[in-house]
Amino acid sequence: MDEILLIETVERYLKGEMNQQESTFFEEIRKKNPDIDQLVVEHTFLFNELDKQAGIKAFKHNLYEVENKLTEEGIIAKKQLTGKAKVVFLWKKYKRSIAVAASIAGIVSIVTTAVISTYNNKVEKSDITDLMAKVNKTEKDVASIKNSINDNTGIKHNPNPNPGFRATGFLIDGKGFIVTNAHVVNRLKTIYVGNNKGEYFSAQTVYTDNNADLAVLKINDTAFKTISNIPYSINKGNSNLGEQIFTLGYPRKEIVYGEGYLSAKSGNEGDSTAYQVSVSVNPGNSGGPVLNKKGEIIGIITSKNSTADGVVFAAKSKNIYKLIEAVKNSGDTVNIKLPSNTALRGLDREQQVKKMEDFVFMVVGN
Amino acid sequence: MSNLEQEKQLLEGLALNDRTVVEAIYRDNYPVIQSFILNNNGNSDEARDIFQEAMIVIYEKAVSGNFELNCLLKTYIYSVCRRLWLKRLTQLQRYGSLVENVEETVAVEEDLELHEKHNADFILMEKAMNKIGEPCKSLLDAYYLQKKNMQEIAADFGYTNADNAKTQKYKCLVRLKKLFFAQYKNGN
Repeated sequence: MDEILLIETVERYLKGEMNQQESTFFEEIRKKNPDIDQLVVEHTFLFNELDKQAGIKAFKHNLYEVENKLTEEGIIAKKQLTGKAKVVFLWKKYKRSIAVAASIAGIVSIVTTAVISTYNNKVEKSDITDLMAKVNKTEKDVASIKNSINDNTGIKHNPNPNPGFRATGFLIDGKGFIVTNAHVVNRLKTIYVGNNKGEYFSAQTVYTDNNADLAVLKINDTAFKTISNIPYSINKGNSNLGEQIFTLGYPRKEIVYGEGYLSAKSGNEGDSTAYQVSVSVNPGNSGGPVLNKKGEIIGIITSKNSTADGVVFAAKSKNIYKLIEAVKNSGDTVNIKLPSNTALRGLDREQQVKKMEDFVFMVVGN
Repeated sequence: MSNLEQEKQLLEGLALNDRTVVEAIYRDNYPVIQSFILNNNGNSDEARDIFQEAMIVIYEKAVSGNFELNCLLKTYIYSVCRRLWLKRLTQLQRYGSLVENVEETVAVEEDLELHEKHNADFILMEKAMNKIGEPCKSLLDAYYLQKKNMQEIAADFGYTNADNAKTQKYKCLVRLKKLFFAQYKNGN
C-alpha cells in the first residue's frame, strides 16, 4: 500500500467513515502489522493536535471580538492606563530640573542641527518622487469603456471621472472622511474617490497640511452611504525599528498589497514627522495606509527616493490626530470621529486585508 | 437553578466556543482582574494578555471534559490570573509585595503546567505549519482548521476536481507529519 492511500484509509478509520466490515478488516490488519498500528497511533495524535489548533484559533478569534466590544463599552480599559499617575507625579517632582535641562538641550540641538544640516543636503529634492500615478491613455480608454458598460447596466454608481491622476486614500470616519496626501489634492481640481468595487464618488478637500503632506477629503456624493465599523485604528505613538508593516494602495486600477518593515524612525533629511519604510511602492501608492501587524495604522505613504532602492517615506499616523485637531480649530462644523479600536488584531494577514479592502479608496481626478 | 449548575452550563457553552458565554465571563470577571493587575505594577495591555491566557486555560479544561469545578468560577479565574501575573512579574523582574484584596484562592499550579504543555504543542504545530510552505499551508488550513469541504477547497484553489485536491492534501499532510514529529521529538 502506498503511503497516501494508507493515510487516507487511516483518516477514514479515525473519522468513523468505514462500515462495520471494513473496520473489522482494518483492525485485523492493525493487529498483525505493527508498522500500520504505529501509523494509526501517530495519526490519531496528529489529528488531535490539528483539532486542538482549530479549536484554540477559533476561540482566540472570539476572545478578540469580545474584547473589542467591551473596550468600546469601556469595560476593558484602553491602552496604557497605569495604576497610579506616575508620570504626573514625576513631572511635578522634577519640573524645575527638567526645565533647566530642556533649555540646555535646546541650545545644544540648535547648534548641532546647524552643523549637521550643512553636511546633510546630499539628497537632492529632485530625487524624491511623490507617488501619484499619471493615468495613461489606454487605461483611460479602458476606464471609459468600463464606465459606459456600468452606465448601461445601471448597477454601479459612476460619475465617469475620466481621471488624469491616481493616488490612494483611506477612510478615517464612516461618514465619508478620507485621509490622503496634500500633494495629491493640491494637484487636482476635481476629485473623485473610487472603491474596490469600481464605484466612484465625488469628494472635496476639507483641510490640507502641507508640512506633514496630509489632507482630509469628504465624500459629498449623495450616493455614498455611511459605513460603520472601520476595522483599523490609528496609532498615536511611535513605532519601532524593524516592525513588520503592510500597505494597500492603487498603483494599478486594482487594489495592490505590499509588505515590508520600518527601516528608520525619521523621513527624508531627518524629517521627524515621517518614517522611512522598506516596502515596494509605485506611483499611485501615495496616500496609502501603512499598518502594523495588529492592524493599527502607523503611517501614510508619501514619497520614495528614486535613486536609492527601497527607500520609501511615510508620514507618521499621529499627524492625523493633529490634522483633525486643526480641522476642528479651523472653525469648520464637521465632526470627525477617528476609529479607536482595531478589529484586525490576531487575524491572519489574508483576513486582515479582506476586512480592510472596502475602506481603502482610489483618489482620482484632473 | 443553583450557582454550580449555572456555572456548569457556562463551561459547557465555553467548550462549544459560544460567544455569549465568553462575553458573560468577561463581563463578570474582567473588572476585578484588571484592577488587580493595575494595582500591581501592570498596565491595561498586560491585563488583557493575562485575562486572555486565563480564558484559554479554562477553555482547554472545558474542552477536555473533565473539568470539575470545586470552587466558584470567579475564584478559579482569579487564582489563575494571580498565578500568571506573579510569574510574569518575576520574568520582568518587577518585584514588590502584592497588593490585593483578601480573596480566596485555589491551587492551580497543575492546571497551569498542563496549559504550558498545550501551549508548547500549539506553537510546535504552528511552526510546522509555517514550514511546509504554500500551497500546502493554506490547503491544510482550509481543510483541518477552517473545516471547509473538499469541493469548496478544490474550487478556491483552482483544482479541476475534489479528488486531485484531496491527493495534494494527503501529500501535504505527510510533510506536515514529518516536520511536526521531528520537532516534537527534539522539543520534548
